[in-house]
This record gives sequence, structure tokens and C-alpha cells, in this order.
Amino acid sequence: MSDATARAPFQFIGCVELRQALDHRATDERELLERLEDAPAGSVFYHTHGYFLRHRPITTAYGNDFAAWVAVHVRDQVLAERLAVINPFESATLEDLREELVSVVHDHLLRLPSVPRVEFGEPFHFQQSHIVEVPLGPGATTLAEFRAGLAEVDASAIYFHMVEARTRLGRRSGDFAEWLRGSLDLPDLAERIERIDAYMTSLERVRARVLSLVDAALEGPGAGVGSGSA
Amino acid sequence: MITVDDYRRVAPPGTVDMIMRLAERVRGRRLLHVSGGRFGSGAAEALRAAVPLLADLGTDASWEITGGDPVFYSTAGALRATMEGTERVLTDEALDHYVEMNRVNAKKLRLDADLVVVHDVEPATLIAQRPEQGRWVWRCSFDCARPQRRAWAFLRPYLNQYDAAVFSLPKFTRRLSIPRYVVAPAIDPLSDKNRDMPLREVAAILRGLGVPQDRPILLQVGAFTPAEDPLGVVNAYRLVKKHYNVRLVLAGTGGGERESVETLAELRQAAAHDRDIVVLELPPDADLQINALQRAATIVIQKSVREGFGLGAAEAMWKGKPVVAGVAGGLSHQVVYDVTGYTVHSVEGTAFRLRHLLNNPELIARMGAAGREHARRSFLITRLLTDYLALLIHLTR
Repeated sequence: MSDATARAPFQFIGCVELRQALDHRATDERELLERLEDAPAGSVFYHTHGYFLRHRPITTAYGNDFAAWVAVHVRDQVLAERLAVINPFESATLEDLREELVSVVHDHLLRLPSVPRVEFGEPFHFQQSHIVEVPLGPGATTLAEFRAGLAEVDASAIYFHMVEARTRLGRRSGDFAEWLRGSLDLPDLAERIERIDAYMTSLERVRARVLSLVDAALEGPGAGVGSGSA
Repeated sequence: MITVDDYRRVAPPGTVDMIMRLAERVRGRRLLHVSGGRFGSGAAEALRAAVPLLADLGTDASWEITGGDPVFYSTAGALRATMEGTERVLTDEALDHYVEMNRVNAKKLRLDADLVVVHDVEPATLIAQRPEQGRWVWRCSFDCARPQRRAWAFLRPYLNQYDAAVFSLPKFTRRLSIPRYVVAPAIDPLSDKNRDMPLREVAAILRGLGVPQDRPILLQVGAFTPAEDPLGVVNAYRLVKKHYNVRLVLAGTGGGERESVETLAELRQAAAHDRDIVVLELPPDADLQINALQRAATIVIQKSVREGFGLGAAEAMWKGKPVVAGVAGGLSHQVVYDVTGYTVHSVEGTAFRLRHLLNNPELIARMGAAGREHARRSFLITRLLTDYLALLIHLTR
């Protein structure tokens, strides 16, 4: 069991998303393509990674807002499937993610005789968000304290440390892995947490996976070795 | 008195702690709401719950209302209607008077605050008298995406003087030179309209209303106007009635306008020929009755063809009911298709989904439970408090 004390405590941070409407909107798939090319990177983030913060109580059926709109409002299931399968966590940067989304829509349109458009649904309205950070609870200095804090914090903290930190704040390993590796000298546990697939699941499920890995580490050396992903 | 702590038993875990942490960052800051009145539904209903809670959280929260003469109120009403796209006559004299009355209001009201949130049309031109200090936000609770040109040309220069605007949905907005934030409205789960209610109390209220509970109840709550399409609901019910022995309850307020009177007369005629159609004209403060009806319902319908945000769907979901809703206003943003209910485009679609649910009772339970959790996360006043505090932090950094 790890009983080391961290040099710097881990501070859990929850977050609130303040949504902002943008002037961009799309009424057909070609407009979606054009607006996707121009929209701020923060908007690409909001409609892809942010999907997991907003949709936590309900199954994330489409993986991102673009796929959801194409499926529900344009009713183009083919493009919806192709967009839904894009895992935003696999793109190194938001510009890479934008390029992937754009190329999928572009390729899809090349194969169609006419551009699918909204007939009975609603246009796609581009948005972006401002994240307001909220420090939660006392800092954790041991793995046991980290485990206790993680079990209690608001689910938005899971999003902040696993998604926001990686994608928008440039901490590629995520805050949990970075702290466990840097402050508690637990590189194996850090790597397993880093490998957790946060795509197409809920924040509570991600929390449960991190907790099970931490529990295994707390129980003893060698315990819990294996894949950190689902 | 209800405090923020009371919401721990209804809000998602951790939410109240998040709210308290947010409030610590703005403790003592003055947050002023200004609206056209304290009564009725919509913005006033939310403020009646939110302002005391914001004060309980340690912010210096207060709520002022603008006053005026009958010409002021009728002009503001006409301006609101034209902002929503309805054709009305707006004379230069009436608009000048409306602006002048708000100039007088500005002198009477204490408008110095860290954040001033001005709600809807009546107080909108107060911005012309804003003090030097403080940030000002225009909170619009209705859909102004397609206003009459004259109304927009008049109000837009005022709106652009604000620091930001807040709309209920992105599709309700129109281009402005200021940032436009999106904050959905919310329901108060501890109010008479939404609080838990024992089955005995539900049964007693329904007896009082003359609504038997001997068969499944299909319910629509809403104004008796063409916008809420109660006649379409009757037609959908007739298609369902061929296969299921159900009762239709239409509950709402009438109002004195011609179209409302005509709609109500047609509904009463339909009810006269079918004892399983119950039309209840309720007073505006019939919160307990609406609560009981929604809890007694098997399925809640909100078949609007024109709608603002339409919080009736959120109220029904909070009571664990699946919702069959028209694709109008905010309804398609509240009802998660095939998860918490269905959105429909026609009378036939409404009937089809009602039959589909009645034929699959396990779906009614499953969607009802999903709806309650969806409402808990997305449409309770705890979420609105979170958004207001985030807005206060963001704009007064």
C-alpha cells in the first residue's frame, strides 16, 4: 500500500460551464462544414468534449453535438454515424480534431447528389463556453486522502481534471496522472489512469474506474495490474 | 423560510456544496434584479425563489420593479409582443412615453450594484440611465429571434448598451454587438407547484376538481390558446380513445382574448359530447392543483405549436412522467427523444406516441424515471443559481 505523502497537495476543482451563443449557425450539411472551418476552437471543444459534461445523466447516444444534430434534425444517419465515431480524446489538438470533423463532412458530401438539410428540425447553433473553476474540499496529500476526496467530489471535477486539463489547459496526462506521478511517485498507477477511455461513457463511470485503480494500488504492490480502460 | 440547504435532498449530490463554494467567491457583492412585476409566471416566478436563496448564500441580492401608468404597461406589452414577432401598432408617442417612464423609474430605484440583471422588456431602457459603476445584463426570457422590424430597430440600440445579454436558448437570440450567454430557466422543486405530494393529497385535490382516477389520465396543462393547440390534443385523444379507455384532462387559464374565448368554447363543446374529456379553467395561482394533476397523470402532453421555453415539460419530468411534446420553443431541448419522452410534429404523431407508451407500460416507468433525473440535473433552480453565480463571477472579475 502506498503511504507516501505528497510534496504538493492535490486540490480538487469542480467547474461550471457558462455557455455563450455565437453568430455561426447551419441549416444544412454544407453550412455545417463551412461554419466548422471558421468557428473558434473553443466552440469545437464545447460541442465535442463539452458534450460529456452536459450529458452526464443520460446515455451519450451520439458522442458529440454535431453527430446528434445530423441524426436528430437533418436525419442523415450515415453522417451521424461517421461523426459519432470520432473520439475527441484521440486528437492531439483542437485543430486536429476540427480537421478530422471537417474532412468527414467533406468526404460525405462528395458522395451525395444533393446536400441534406433541415426540413422539420432546427438549425445548428454554434456555442462556446467559459469555465468557472470552483476549488472543492481540502487538498489531498496521500493516496488514501486522494481516494476519499475523489469519491465525494462533484462530477464536474472529474471532467475538469480528466478533460478540461488535458485539452484546453495543456496538461496532456490529465491532473490525476500528473499528480500521482510527480508528487506521489506512482508512475504505474498514473499510466493506468492516463489510459482510461473517457469517450462514450459517463463521468460517474470514469470516476468509478479511477477509484478501482486507486483501490488496487492501496491494497498492495502488483494488485490491479492490467488495463485501465473499460 | 426555505434555505439553500433544504435543496440537498432534491438536487444532485454535490450541487449545493458547489453553489456554496461559488457564493464564497462573490460574498457581499451586490446583485440586483430588475423586472416589470413580482407576480405571475415566467421571470417573476423564478425570481421569487432565486432572490432569497442568493441572499441566503451571502450575496447582497435584491429585486426592484419598475412602475408606470396604463400607457407604459400597454406599450411595454405591445413592444414585447412585437419582439416575439406579433404585429402590433407602436406609435412614436407611446414609445417616447415608455422611455420617459423608465427615466423616472431610474430616478426612483437604487440601481448601483456589481451586477444588474434587467429582465425582459418593461425595464429594458433603464440602461440609458446606468451609473458608471457596475455591469449590466439584459435577461430575455422569450424568443426574440424573429421580431417585428420596427420593434427591433427601436430596442436594439438600448440592448447594445448592456455589457451582455442572457437568453434561454441560442435559437431565441438575435445578433447583438455584446456577448450573448445562454441560461435555461428552471423550476423550484420545493414550491407548491413542484413539491412532493402524498398520494392522499393528490386524490383529495383531484376529487375537489371533479377528476376521477379510475383510468389512465392524459394531461395537458397550458393556456387555452391556439399556440398550445388544445384542440389538436383533443383530436389526438380521439385517435387514442379508439384503442384505450383513457381520460383527457386539459387544465389551464383562459384569458379574455378572442382567440382564447373561442378555443375554450370549442373545448367545452367537445367535453359536452364526451364525459372523458375534462376541461378545467384554473386561476393563475392554482399551483397545488397543477402539481396534483401532473402527479396523477399517466402521460403528460405539451403539444404546443408556438412556445417560449415551456417549463411545463420540465415540471412533468420532475414528477416522473413521460412527456409527448410538440417541436416548439424549448420543448425539444427539454424532452430527450426516446429517453424522457417524444417530440412530435402532428396530431397523428401525438396519437401514435401516446398509443406506443400506453401499449408499453414499462416504457412509461423507464422514461418517467429518466425524465426525473434529467430534470434534476438540468432544470432545477439549483442549476439556475449556479448559472447566476457563475455569471456574477465571470462578469465582475
